[in-house]
Amino acid sequence: MNTITQASRGERLAIIERSLASRHRQEKRFRRLGLAAVVTGMVLVLILFASILMRGLPAFWQATFYLDIHFDSDIVNVSERPIQQEGESNADFRERDFTWQSEVGRVNWQQLIDNALAEALGEEIEPQQTRDLRALVTSAERRTLRDRFIEDQSLLGETHTIKLLASANVDVWIKGNINRDLPDSQQQLSAQTREWADHLYEEGVITNAFSTALFLNTDSRSSLASAGLAGAFMGSLFMMLIVMLLSIPIGVASAIYLEEFAPKNRLTDLIEININNLAAVPSIVFGLLGAAIFIGYLRLPLSAPLVGGLVLTLMTLPTIIIATRAALRSIPNSIRQAALGMGASKVQTVFHHVLPLALPGILTGSILGVAQALGETAPLLLIGMNAFVSNIPATPFDQASALPVQIYLWQGNELRNFFEARTSAAIIVLLALMLSLNALAIWLRKKLETRW
Amino acid sequence: MNNLALIVTVLIVMAVAYQLGLTRSKSVVGGGQRLHSRPGYYGILVALWCGVPTLLLLALWGIFGNDIIQFLVSQQLPPETAAFSEREMLLQMRRIAALASGQNVSDPQQYELSAAAQQARLESLGHLVLLASMSVLAVLGLVLSRRKITPDMRARNHVERVIMVALALSSGVAILTTVGIVLSMIGEAMNFFRFISPADFFFGTTWNPRFSTSGDAGQGEFGLLPLLWGTLMVSSIALLVAIPLGLMTAIYMSEYAPPSLRNVAKPVIEVLAGIPTIVYGFFALIVIGPFLSGLGDLVGISIRTTSALTAGLVMGIMIIPFVSSLSDDIITQVPKALRDGALGLGATKSETIRQVVLPAALPGIVGAFLLAASRAIGETMIVVLAAGNNPVLHANPFEAVSTITVTIVNQLTGDMDFASPQSLVAFALGLTLFVITLGLNVIALVIVRRYRQQYE
Amino acid sequence: MTTATVTVPTAMHKSEQRSDSHQQGQVKMSTRGVKVFYGDSQALHGIDLDIVENEVIAFIGPSGCGKSTFLRCLNRMNDTIPGCRVEGDVTLDGNDIYAPSLDVVLLRAQVGIVFQKPNPFPKSIYENIAYGPRLHGLASRRAELDEVVERSLRRAGLWDEVKDRLDQPGTSLSGGQQQRLCIARTIAISPEVILMDEPCSALDPIATAKIEQLIDELSASYTIAMVTHNMQQAARVAHKTAFFHMGDMVEVGDTDKIFTNPEDQRTHDYITGRFG
Repeated sequence: MNTITQASRGERLAIIERSLASRHRQEKRFRRLGLAAVVTGMVLVLILFASILMRGLPAFWQATFYLDIHFDSDIVNVSERPIQQEGESNADFRERDFTWQSEVGRVNWQQLIDNALAEALGEEIEPQQTRDLRALVTSAERRTLRDRFIEDQSLLGETHTIKLLASANVDVWIKGNINRDLPDSQQQLSAQTREWADHLYEEGVITNAFSTALFLNTDSRSSLASAGLAGAFMGSLFMMLIVMLLSIPIGVASAIYLEEFAPKNRLTDLIEININNLAAVPSIVFGLLGAAIFIGYLRLPLSAPLVGGLVLTLMTLPTIIIATRAALRSIPNSIRQAALGMGASKVQTVFHHVLPLALPGILTGSILGVAQALGETAPLLLIGMNAFVSNIPATPFDQASALPVQIYLWQGNELRNFFEARTSAAIIVLLALMLSLNALAIWLRKKLETRW
Repeated sequence: MNNLALIVTVLIVMAVAYQLGLTRSKSVVGGGQRLHSRPGYYGILVALWCGVPTLLLLALWGIFGNDIIQFLVSQQLPPETAAFSEREMLLQMRRIAALASGQNVSDPQQYELSAAAQQARLESLGHLVLLASMSVLAVLGLVLSRRKITPDMRARNHVERVIMVALALSSGVAILTTVGIVLSMIGEAMNFFRFISPADFFFGTTWNPRFSTSGDAGQGEFGLLPLLWGTLMVSSIALLVAIPLGLMTAIYMSEYAPPSLRNVAKPVIEVLAGIPTIVYGFFALIVIGPFLSGLGDLVGISIRTTSALTAGLVMGIMIIPFVSSLSDDIITQVPKALRDGALGLGATKSETIRQVVLPAALPGIVGAFLLAASRAIGETMIVVLAAGNNPVLHANPFEAVSTITVTIVNQLTGDMDFASPQSLVAFALGLTLFVITLGLNVIALVIVRRYRQQYE
Repeated sequence: MTTATVTVPTAMHKSEQRSDSHQQGQVKMSTRGVKVFYGDSQALHGIDLDIVENEVIAFIGPSGCGKSTFLRCLNRMNDTIPGCRVEGDVTLDGNDIYAPSLDVVLLRAQVGIVFQKPNPFPKSIYENIAYGPRLHGLASRRAELDEVVERSLRRAGLWDEVKDRLDQPGTSLSGGQQQRLCIARTIAISPEVILMDEPCSALDPIATAKIEQLIDELSASYTIAMVTHNMQQAARVAHKTAFFHMGDMVEVGDTDKIFTNPEDQRTHDYITGRFG
């Protein structure tokens, strides 16, 4: 039998060499496969970021009118703003002033815009064209004029250049986000409005100006062009504050207990398994918990950042506990023994010696946990945070939305051509916030680590 | 005084109590006696005695006070309100509360006005009682604990015991969360099963819940199977994408990549894992969906823009970092000695990986896959946006589907009505989801833990 | 099947039997000016050594002296350590093993290695042995494989202990058995040289004695280089001994001479236990 020990050295090597080429080819193939996987992943991510940036960045600039508004005293025909009389109580004065403001609110501000537009177009506007004309400027801008006037009544009779947002459809038209060759029936704007918009754009009356509305306004249904993120941002801010105030102390405390003090028994084993599992429970389940307990049982208000914050706190807790425990575990035992040896009690050892050393890890883990909570959407939908809210919430008990939920609401808006870009812009804002939180975590880790 | 001001006041009183305890502890020492603990601990102890019961009382009032007042007010409403439904009653109480706080209510009835007056009276009375009892408690706590200070009082041990209790209570929150999830799910699911039999739910093949108008509850059909099927279809597609890509990425990163690439790619992957899923969902909707649909047109297959394929593909992309970082951890745990053994026999690197490292890491990797599967099954926003919400049993991945998570969102957003099966079904679905993911997680964690022990 | 091994009753006999013959043997491997760097630090400062065919050479020295590093240069296992760089010449049968044209797979099929800690693959005992031959295409049919497995296990003195449980995992064996399994795994591809990196350091005395006996038996057909920090072990099994100190090879010679009459003071100090 010719097996390998009998085979001569040369034969043996020959056998091995014969297969070498194909084995090396296989090696190369495998390696390329790995590289291909990495590259595929990277490319997909690149496409993701590129497509969102490409769509979203233009939305930070919005079609805006610079209109010469004449505050025509025939139209703005209101009485003098009341002045507080001597001896008049504050409440009485406020009531009088409020009455005056209502009067101002009843002024036909739209007429001023119409007139200014007609002026800018240099045309006489037929009554049947009013609709087309009013499709140019977004409807909420009437209130901008009103507010300007309440602020400064000396405008009366004057002409001022005022920045007014174009309507969403004009923005889409100017930016070319709709196929300009579509037949009239499929266009959002009438032929007349489109022609006017083009004309005004050429004249420089409409320009693409940086959109402060995106940051300063709240969501809007009637005046889509002025929909902004301010309300959602405040909602998210309140929730993050609640998450930080609750989940970090509770999470760190329970991690300290489990890692440093808890006796090793069935119960703590159970808690440990339980925490690991909670970390992997789908976020939507936490939403159901919030709906059942906080809304259904405790009757907390729907759509409130308070409830959202509580739900996200419960969701973030396991992350923070796990990160803190890892940080505590990485502190060498010699430090504990040294402190105990000096006569410190166990509590003193942990709080004076171990905890400060574990701080970088704890901070990093906490920030990452909070960042994760910031991007969470699904549980918030179940506690009513997808409601339309047009006010900036002043307290965590007020109705509010949240940044990721606002993204969800905007992506579903029927005016796709406008909201695709606006949603992308909102995503950019959200990602920027999350990335800065991540960067903060990395920076903190680096900075604090070098200290010891 | 509102609650915030109350809390701040209590904190200030606690600070004063701390000082009082501190000075007292210093003054009781004399005649060569030494304090058992450092003076600060006596201060903390007094502050705790003074503040904690007070704050507890405030918290209790915050939770139950309103209910007590509401109950008392509702007691003296005229008998005809007894016939009100729960919802009408809630509305009624809101009107009264609004009246009581001085707001205008359209067309207030006489009985409402008197109830409101009583509510206002009770509220101010309650507030007074609260203030008084808080003050009494604070003073009592302060005086009694301060008096108890003696040099050999073991203040540090007392304080430490309080700290321990606080720490232990904190770790109880995690348990409470789980208990809360389980109880609320089971409770509400039971309510649902009063309308629909469990057999119809778990084995039903039609999902058609109708609208959430109470009364015609029996009309809808609540079959879980189409949703479960959709969930499995989307998750399978996601895993088919994520497992090969994630695993190969992990292998390349841990075995082949030069350190420079690894140093860049690892943080990038970490960041990717943190991108909110709503972003992936939007990406699916505006890029991948249309792309796949166009691709389908090219080869003559009809692929819907929102389909199981779109959602699964994007979910797969989302899970890649998750799979790769878990697999990376597990692969690097395979001892170097095993690799050396194979390399020393003349195996090439890929042979070593495929024939020795991966088999050795298999249990851990399987665990990682199970965790990824649980992630995919519980993922919500991507499917909400990209799966198309079509709860029908079919096997075509190019068609729209619906999943458990999508349906939970659909059934529970909008008007929440805890009395209709249309809302309650969300909890039965949530329970199903929870049980599935919990099962996967437990198995995965056990496998991974065993695997770790094997190489420790 | 014929047993080619000359059975040596105990390891103690090795010097009497072959103290003359190995002097005339052919040089199997040889190194000239081998330097090894880990990043910026130099671990070996130029080693010149000849390893003669069918002899057992032991590398001894205090820990960190570079003996293991040197051993791993002989089949390029150092390639797997990032940042490790080797200079100088290492030849096998006169061929430079660091030549770019050389295939490291082929080299390792000729120069096998056994590690300090037994490292059986997470496979069955049978598959552990069959892995190498199958990898290199040396045996493909089941019958051939069966034969290779049995012969390798027999030569490693493990056959009688495991013949009834070949399908059990290799990790189920005791430490000493695992190490003999690893040796059997190495002989299954019939290398010409076997490198052993402290093969007994993780084993108890009885298992150690078995491995030592095995090494002695194997030296009839293989060239063996082993690292040990156990001087008695070197004295028992090695024909030649090389003493390493601080990255230098201080002295090499017949084992008897090194242990009874070393030339260098450092060698003398080490073997008499002054340091190490």
